[in-house]
Amino acid sequence: MKELISANNLHKSFGSLRAVNGVTLRVNAGEVVGFLGPNGAGKTTTMRMLTGFLDPSLGSVSLAGFVLVDNPIAARQAFGYLPEGAPAYPDMTVREYLQFIARARGIASAQIAARISDVAGRVHLRGVMDQVIETLSKGFKRRVGIAQAIIHDPPILIMDEPTDGLDPNQKHEVRELIRTMGSTKAIVLSTHILEEVEAVCTRAVVISAGRVVFDGTPAEFEAKAPASVTRNRMDYVFRQLTSVTAEVSQ
Amino acid sequence: MSPLSVIFRREFRSYFATPLAAVFLVVFLFMAGIFSFSMGGFYERGQADLRSFFQFVPWLFLFLAPAVSMRLWAEERRLGTIEILTTLPIPLWHAVVGKFLAAWCFSLVALALTAPLWITVSWLGDPDQGVIVAGYIASAMVAGIFLAIGGFVSALTKNQVIAFVVTVVACFLVLLSGFPLVLNFFRGWMAPGAVDAIASVSVLTHFNSLMRGVVEFRDVVYFVSGILSLMVATTFVIDWRKSV
Repeated sequence: MKELISANNLHKSFGSLRAVNGVTLRVNAGEVVGFLGPNGAGKTTTMRMLTGFLDPSLGSVSLAGFVLVDNPIAARQAFGYLPEGAPAYPDMTVREYLQFIARARGIASAQIAARISDVAGRVHLRGVMDQVIETLSKGFKRRVGIAQAIIHDPPILIMDEPTDGLDPNQKHEVRELIRTMGSTKAIVLSTHILEEVEAVCTRAVVISAGRVVFDGTPAEFEAKAPASVTRNRMDYVFRQLTSVTAEVSQ
Repeated sequence: MSPLSVIFRREFRSYFATPLAAVFLVVFLFMAGIFSFSMGGFYERGQADLRSFFQFVPWLFLFLAPAVSMRLWAEERRLGTIEILTTLPIPLWHAVVGKFLAAWCFSLVALALTAPLWITVSWLGDPDQGVIVAGYIASAMVAGIFLAIGGFVSALTKNQVIAFVVTVVACFLVLLSGFPLVLNFFRGWMAPGAVDAIASVSVLTHFNSLMRGVVEFRDVVYFVSGILSLMVATTFVIDWRKSV
């Protein structure tokens, strides 16, 4: 399988705080990577470096074969990005916003309406297309964020908490969508919900205090729990991995 | 459509999507009226020209341009949309210039709405139309340089109030840098050459020279190069903030 995301030895410091401390991540087409970790572990910072919103203090990122710092436009063309909190311009309608993103991404004018209609159907936005984003519920805003990330059908998707704020039905729909897209794309999504990793991800990467402490399949992750643990086995492993490293780093 | 015009169109429309445009335009026109007719002595002068209006334009823009420019980047940062904007496959300078041009065109709309003043004086008398055109060019240039300063300041913060206040102060200093008030402050401890350099960046000096009706190359170069270097500086600041 083709390697689409290649991040080598990423470091990021904010003043004296070391937010990310040597993260290496390689993702192939067809993989859905669940990016896990406690709050403040460096998930968002890592994703910001993957998309080039932040420059790493050390390390490099290649997306679809393009080195981000050398060829930023080509690299950015290759991914869709849902930032933390799914930001969007509040004064625009959903349709205007998606048109803006599509134009800025260089999609041919003749195709824009069809692309918008397609993504609106996939993330169930049809009923709110002419509503101002400001007036949408949290769940709809999140779906607008997903829609703008997939409007150009990119080979790479980077999503910071795509299901945060969605109700169980919406969560299910978004997971189905990610699973469908995951067969051909390289997807990285961060989440707090361990069941989500089991439900949609082919691989789990756990970071704690800026370091990768686990990288493997969800089944391998769960298998790290001793047989004596019968309930919430993933929670148990997560606690073991992230609280131990927190102690070590102190 | 080039990325620059995509950004420009979105930004320009966004002024009219909120009450900002209405508030700005009404305040601008109301103040312009007060300044020209009451304080500017339009009637007392007994001359059909727009001098009484133009001489107050830099002071109007001193407060109104920062009100427009403060949101340019600070709001993107606060909303988080800067994360989407700067990871779109477009060169950063397209976004910087597109946003600036939208703000500038918006202030040109405000200037254009003062056309009834022009029509009135032309009807009342026989003003020198060349001087009036030069006055409008000078006004547009002042708006441009203030908005460029404001865009630069806005890129440094996510707090719009800070962006507004710092921009007003910066514009005030640049506006008056040719005047004793500012120059005396520097004169004591700076080389005379440096003081002359500060004096030469005075917006008001160049504005007055343009407003006299003589569109001199020197003054146009001053405004255009000022705006361009601020665009470069803004692009640099936004790029630099990725690595801190």
